[in-house]
Amino acid sequence: MKIHEYQARALMAEAGVPVPPSEVVSSADQVPSAFSKIGAKQVVVKAQVHAGGRGKAGYVKLVSSADEAKQHAERMLREPMVSKQTGPEGVQVRKVLLAGAVDIDHEYYLGVVLDRAKRVPVLMASAEGGVEIEEVAAKNPRAIRKAWFHPHLGLQRFQAQAIASEIGLSGDQAKIAADIMLKLAKLFIEKDCSLAEINPLVKTKAGEILAIDAKFNFDDNGLFRHSGIAELFDPAEENQAELRAKEFNLSYIALEGNIGCLVNGAGLAMATMDIIKLHGGEPANFLDVGGSVSPEGAVEAFRIILADKAVKAVLVNIFGGIAKCDVIADALIKAAKEVGFNVPVVVRLEGTNVDKAREMLKTANIDRLITAADLTDAAKRVCAAV
Amino acid sequence: MSILVNKDTRVICQGITGSAGAFHTAQCLAYGTKMVGGVTPGKGGQTSEHGLPVFNTVRDAVAETGATVSMIFVPPPFAAAATMEAAEAGIELCVLITEGIPAMDMVRCRKYLDDLGVRLIGPNCPGVITPGECKIGIMPGYIHRPVGGSKHNVGVISRSGTLTYEAVWQLSERQIAQTTCVGIGGDPVKGLNFIELLDMFQADPATDGVIMIGEIGGTDEEGAAAHIKANIKKPVVAFIAGQTAPPGKRMGHAGAIISGGQGDAQSKIAALKSAGIRVADSPATLGETMAAALG
Repeated sequence: MKIHEYQARALMAEAGVPVPPSEVVSSADQVPSAFSKIGAKQVVVKAQVHAGGRGKAGYVKLVSSADEAKQHAERMLREPMVSKQTGPEGVQVRKVLLAGAVDIDHEYYLGVVLDRAKRVPVLMASAEGGVEIEEVAAKNPRAIRKAWFHPHLGLQRFQAQAIASEIGLSGDQAKIAADIMLKLAKLFIEKDCSLAEINPLVKTKAGEILAIDAKFNFDDNGLFRHSGIAELFDPAEENQAELRAKEFNLSYIALEGNIGCLVNGAGLAMATMDIIKLHGGEPANFLDVGGSVSPEGAVEAFRIILADKAVKAVLVNIFGGIAKCDVIADALIKAAKEVGFNVPVVVRLEGTNVDKAREMLKTANIDRLITAADLTDAAKRVCAAV
Repeated sequence: MSILVNKDTRVICQGITGSAGAFHTAQCLAYGTKMVGGVTPGKGGQTSEHGLPVFNTVRDAVAETGATVSMIFVPPPFAAAATMEAAEAGIELCVLITEGIPAMDMVRCRKYLDDLGVRLIGPNCPGVITPGECKIGIMPGYIHRPVGGSKHNVGVISRSGTLTYEAVWQLSERQIAQTTCVGIGGDPVKGLNFIELLDMFQADPATDGVIMIGEIGGTDEEGAAAHIKANIKKPVVAFIAGQTAPPGKRMGHAGAIISGGQGDAQSKIAALKSAGIRVADSPATLGETMAAALG
């Protein structure tokens, strides 16, 4: 789960990480009082959306007066932001952050992620802050310093002190930076984060160490024990079809192609997208209906897939294990009745009770339903149908 | 021969009185697995619907039944603790089926098990099966082909459930038997991984070759590729799911995500191919590719 920058700032402030003063507004009218509350000569106005590319899109602006701030906030809240990450229709901005600007002497990077290979969280730090860490990793991997957590003890102070020194800090500044690292590490573990990032952490010309921007992502599997974090979820930032699928325990991801997919199991669902591509088609979605397919789930899955106007054909690929093929055939027949197939639906069933299932589909004689002999045949047929 | 489990393996089920635990215990019993008991805190002394003794703790279950493997169907908030309890009680192999366990729980759990020298399969996995002898998990037993009477026998290692069934089905259709099939699970932090299992299959005299099924996310397949090149003499056939997956999106499994420029299918396939491993280009040709590799 992703959260907004202003929410990440609040979390950091709560954890005792020094951040510049800031205010959040949801209408331009609130800007003048927010501006005076911040009490800085210059203020940065930042659109609060999950998508990146805000700076280039003109949705991060440095201003010197409340009037100027109001103008930009008004524009950001009115016109959808279009960036590389949003698609041509852009995203609606609902909140704007105003933060006191600081005189920056140097920018650093701090981040915590899970190192899957070592199976522990790792703190990464770099003296090359303010840019994407992936860029630094590609150009100059040695500039990224790392400290791995002990799985039970977490990040230790001596590790944080060593990292602070390795990115070129000394004296009180190193001590403050090490403190921030320890707080970030604690936050990562206590709140079940999948990413906790401060970028940039800055040294100001006045010698202060401050977190200017932060990004937190959370492990969806950990949300059950963090009601405060779960409340930060912003449904407006999500794909609406994906949200609806989640309500029915379906794992759905919208893609760009025109062949809808309905599959049981995440690995098989990915492999089904791959085989469509291999035979010259383009998948319109990833959809895993889960290990056991209920008729209600299958009906809803068809509703979601067929609601996508780009879809010109659908491939149903089910390997019946614990979920029996005849149950799935029954679900297909119900879905055809309730939703109606307006495009060709190619069905490949294999596994438990497959003969009975094939017989049921034959008897039901569903319009536009095509039965495939095997997986390759199914992929060829569905690609030929669009 | 086989790896990890066989006809003599004594198995308990943690969560035996829950709906999934009870259902799959029945399925495993029907397959012939030596299920010897179960654990549900607070229900010790009862008898399960299968006629098996239920214990309050894994310690009691191990003491009374001599079980060495636990099949764990405990809900996500308590699953890691249940696994550590099993390890502490003397269980040698934990098969953790549960999906949805917080990654940080698995970080701590895995370290705890490592310190005790206890093996883990999963989480978020179908389990492990030695066809004809012992099924521990949720895979459909009948699609497998036991060793004996086949020209070739192979091992299967996979991060995905249904895709494993697909591979097994294709093997059985070609009269290729399976020594043992291990679903290692779709989570980012897990137990046994490609490398350890490849070594076990290399050492198993009955196994002629190995199918490994990977997917996007992490760099385990790259690590396995280098290991195979240096250490594995038997033919290995691979498939990587998610060639068409977009970056930054979690594809169903918690661990299936391309992030920070790492974990895409193309780099995994390139690593495997450069190590001389045959990579099936389609999920429909896994069996065929394995048959060709075995000659």
